[in-house]
Amino acid sequence: MSAIIPLSAQLINLCASVILLLAFAMLAQRRVMQLINLFALQGLVLCLSTLIVAVTTGQHHLYYSAGLTLALKAILLPWILHRLVRKLYVKWDVESLVNVPTTMLVGVVLVMIAFNVAQPISLLSQTVSRGTLGIALAVVMLAFVMMITRTKAIPQVVGFLAMENGLFLAATSATYGMPMVVELGIALDVLVGVIILGVFFFQIRDQFDSLDISHMEKLKDG
Amino acid sequence: MISISGLLGQLFAIALALVLAPLLTGWVNQCRAVLQSRSAPPLLQPYFMLHKLFRKDVVMAHSASSLFRTAPFVIFGCMLLACAIIPSLSTDLPFAPAADMLALVGVFGLARIFISLAAMDIGTSFGSLGGRREMLIGFLAEPALLMVIFTTAMISQSTSVATIVETLAHRDFIIYPSLAFAGIAFTMISLAENARVPVDNPATHLELTMIHEAMILEYSGRHLALIEWAASLKLYAYSCLGLALFFPWGIAEKDNFLGLIGAIPLLLLKLGIGGFVLALIETVNAKMRIFRAPEFLGTAFLLAVLGLLVRLLLETRV
Amino acid sequence: MAELDIFVAMLAIPLVSGALLTVIGERKWAPNLNVIASGCTFFAAALLTADIITNGPRFAMGEQFFIDSMNVFFVTLTAFVGMTTSIFSGPYMKNEHEHGRLTVARLRLYKSMFQLFMFTMLVALTTNNMGILWVAMEAATLTTVLLVSLYRTPASLEAAWKYFILCGVGIAQALFGTILLYFAAERVLGETGNALLWTHLVEVRGELDPSIMVLSFIFLLVGYGTKVGLAPLHNWLPDAHAEGPTPVSAVLSGLLLNVALYAVLRSKVLADGAIGGDFAGNLMMGFGLLTLLMAAFFLGRQKDIKRMFAYSSIEHMGLITFAFGMGGAVANFAGLLHMTMHSLTKSAIFFAVGHATQKSGTQLMADIRGLVRINPVIGWGLMLGTLAILGMPPFGVFASEFMILTHAMKYHPWATPILLLALGVAFAQIFGKVQPMVFGETHAKRLPHAPAITPVFLHLAIVLMLGLWIPPYLTRWFQEAARMLG
Repeated sequence: MSAIIPLSAQLINLCASVILLLAFAMLAQRRVMQLINLFALQGLVLCLSTLIVAVTTGQHHLYYSAGLTLALKAILLPWILHRLVRKLYVKWDVESLVNVPTTMLVGVVLVMIAFNVAQPISLLSQTVSRGTLGIALAVVMLAFVMMITRTKAIPQVVGFLAMENGLFLAATSATYGMPMVVELGIALDVLVGVIILGVFFFQIRDQFDSLDISHMEKLKDG
Repeated sequence: MISISGLLGQLFAIALALVLAPLLTGWVNQCRAVLQSRSAPPLLQPYFMLHKLFRKDVVMAHSASSLFRTAPFVIFGCMLLACAIIPSLSTDLPFAPAADMLALVGVFGLARIFISLAAMDIGTSFGSLGGRREMLIGFLAEPALLMVIFTTAMISQSTSVATIVETLAHRDFIIYPSLAFAGIAFTMISLAENARVPVDNPATHLELTMIHEAMILEYSGRHLALIEWAASLKLYAYSCLGLALFFPWGIAEKDNFLGLIGAIPLLLLKLGIGGFVLALIETVNAKMRIFRAPEFLGTAFLLAVLGLLVRLLLETRV
Repeated sequence: MAELDIFVAMLAIPLVSGALLTVIGERKWAPNLNVIASGCTFFAAALLTADIITNGPRFAMGEQFFIDSMNVFFVTLTAFVGMTTSIFSGPYMKNEHEHGRLTVARLRLYKSMFQLFMFTMLVALTTNNMGILWVAMEAATLTTVLLVSLYRTPASLEAAWKYFILCGVGIAQALFGTILLYFAAERVLGETGNALLWTHLVEVRGELDPSIMVLSFIFLLVGYGTKVGLAPLHNWLPDAHAEGPTPVSAVLSGLLLNVALYAVLRSKVLADGAIGGDFAGNLMMGFGLLTLLMAAFFLGRQKDIKRMFAYSSIEHMGLITFAFGMGGAVANFAGLLHMTMHSLTKSAIFFAVGHATQKSGTQLMADIRGLVRINPVIGWGLMLGTLAILGMPPFGVFASEFMILTHAMKYHPWATPILLLALGVAFAQIFGKVQPMVFGETHAKRLPHAPAITPVFLHLAIVLMLGLWIPPYLTRWFQEAARMLG
């Protein structure tokens, strides 16, 4: 039973649980700034769990990806987003299409589905962190819900980035991370994506006087 | 089968609960006052209060039925039973088989029903308002509490309080993320159930916000004393339950008399810290609107469910 | 080493010229540079193709890039359509500038992003690494997001936003699929950097764990399928096509969808080997049919001409996905042929549509009338293109659709009525709407810059030729690619 789980795995599990908790917190968060901070915190915990995996397994490239995560997800992207929010004078609240408790319930159901899907697969894995695959999938799905239910542009982007966090967690938990080339490529894409979106936000605001995506519903069929 | 030492231990635990409960309330009040830079009431204030109330005459509304009269006794009895079966000092409790964790939730529920009914019995608007609010909180808190209990029960493969605490207290050190989730959820539930600050304020009689105080407005004399005492016991029971589930170290095993002796100062210490933390939480947080309470408890429920799921995913290995 | 140089040159030309076009800004000869760069890319691609045909598949840059008869066919097609699009966009963009819809800075952005887009497409096609494939696909999204929002109108911003978010979500699913694929591969190939290399994966595909591969393929199909425009995640496609500049619509339809489908095909080969049976094929057939039907019935509700042809692209992608889902040499052959035909025809149509909308000053079909009178060439171009895309006999689309249909009748007779229904509905809808646009009364004026009509007719001529006669080397080439798909 539980006694055979090594300490490192326990720590990784703890980190993964915290990441899941943060994903829920982001889903429930009503303030933009807090949302970004939560995202930064999630990046930090993600970096921590990658570091633990790196230390336990001695996989060198995981140190690099942990460093990359720290620099990108915990520092650079939150900083860019913070600046954007300030420069754009975004209204401070996050509006949601569906009320928060309902979203949470949907979230719990998704977590159950994710756990069920991932359980048989994670049993096949040999890594110390295999148990967290289900959590990773759950984080991806929760971020997905966040993207769907939020009406403002910035929360949607944070959802997108949180989804990336979940995918990263999946990569480390199932396989000790992707090859370095790929990870660098992904990081580059994410960074460029956020910068492009930053430019994009200004354009949207100039055109719509708001970052509320619900204004954007002119394009319809028929 | 019941050993004498076990019986003695049980009786001692009950006596201790009766004595310590008002003290705990007094301690929390004192901490709160100090944290809020007010001059603190004496530590023994709750005892003086009880003493005063027991000597006073009972004033009863004309419309009061027998339900109104019996309710304080039922509530007091329920809380006493709860305190009896929650292991505070030792897991060797002869009364414990009377109710497992689920029944314990039922005992709390019974007390809640009686206090709400009694509040509605008189027919004043405040009473029924408080009663309805109490039921709202209760129906949200109970499933969350059950989820917390399921998580702990899954770890120890039993719903008996004593067994759970025994398993948790005497295991190797393992980080259970699920217990962390459950612990936070339990704290939130305890705050709501004991009419503490983010949900209710025990020190106010503001009609818009009060829940617990609204229900007991019509009570006086020894009835009020019993209800106040029962409220203290409830806080004590929840504190002990939380300590036993999440910080169980030091609780004595079966037939370990020395352990029992050692457990007393440890319990006092843990209760002292717990009371201080409670006062701290009450000081830092503002009371939320009553309509936010469902969300608060919903979050607690969510955390408890997450704990359960995490338990299933991460901590079960075949 | 000469071959390697060709390959490197093919990738380097768009990258360098993209950077160059950013640096030099909008000059008089910038459009020509754009055309020349695209021409060189196509030339390099053609040389590479000749090399592959004679010498067989090969690697480049270690094992990171791999060119075989399947992707070299896509490379040529991509480079070719890229070239013709750049020719077309020269006068088109000048006209847009004159009409005041685009500033100089945006023209510069357009050209550099266009070249970078070509670069990402070519990388995606030639990479041997399933992870890099993902990276290139995502990069392609990012470059085209800026292209779709080029006009900065509320509608174009909305379209670009939708495009980014939906494709971002989709591509995230694909990444999850890639992670699962790596997970499955790592158990067989060990923790080397090779576990994502397609050539290695293909050798051990029989040993990959089926349960992981099922999940992996589902995620990859849904993820890349979003970019292909498969229902139900197709919503971004009509908006992006309608609101972006027409050259962008042409490359989106003609190239991006193909490349995304190529990614699905690569995944399918692996999934088939690991899972066995028809799981992957059935899934693709299901999605294909759903997409086909949905698009056919949405076609009729469109008022915007570019939206309508965007739905037609979705419809054809559904058909192609269905063809590849059936599998087998004939169906794969038909699928590849149809991809080629669709690319060429649809880009030709968008070229014609671009000029037509510029002339009429609107994209609303109800307001476009009498194209044959203002400019007979454009009018006939649109008419012929429409006939071609609808599968009229002399054109190549007929040949491929015919093959798909007969193959479906033989092996999956239940699907035939659905296919016929969808194709019939699409035919009626599109033809009914294009006919009055081409022949009808009008009062529109001439354009300041003469339209580039060569691309339109070049494409249509190739499609016509391929409908009548497919050169033997091309047949061999298609057959080999079809055989690789299994």
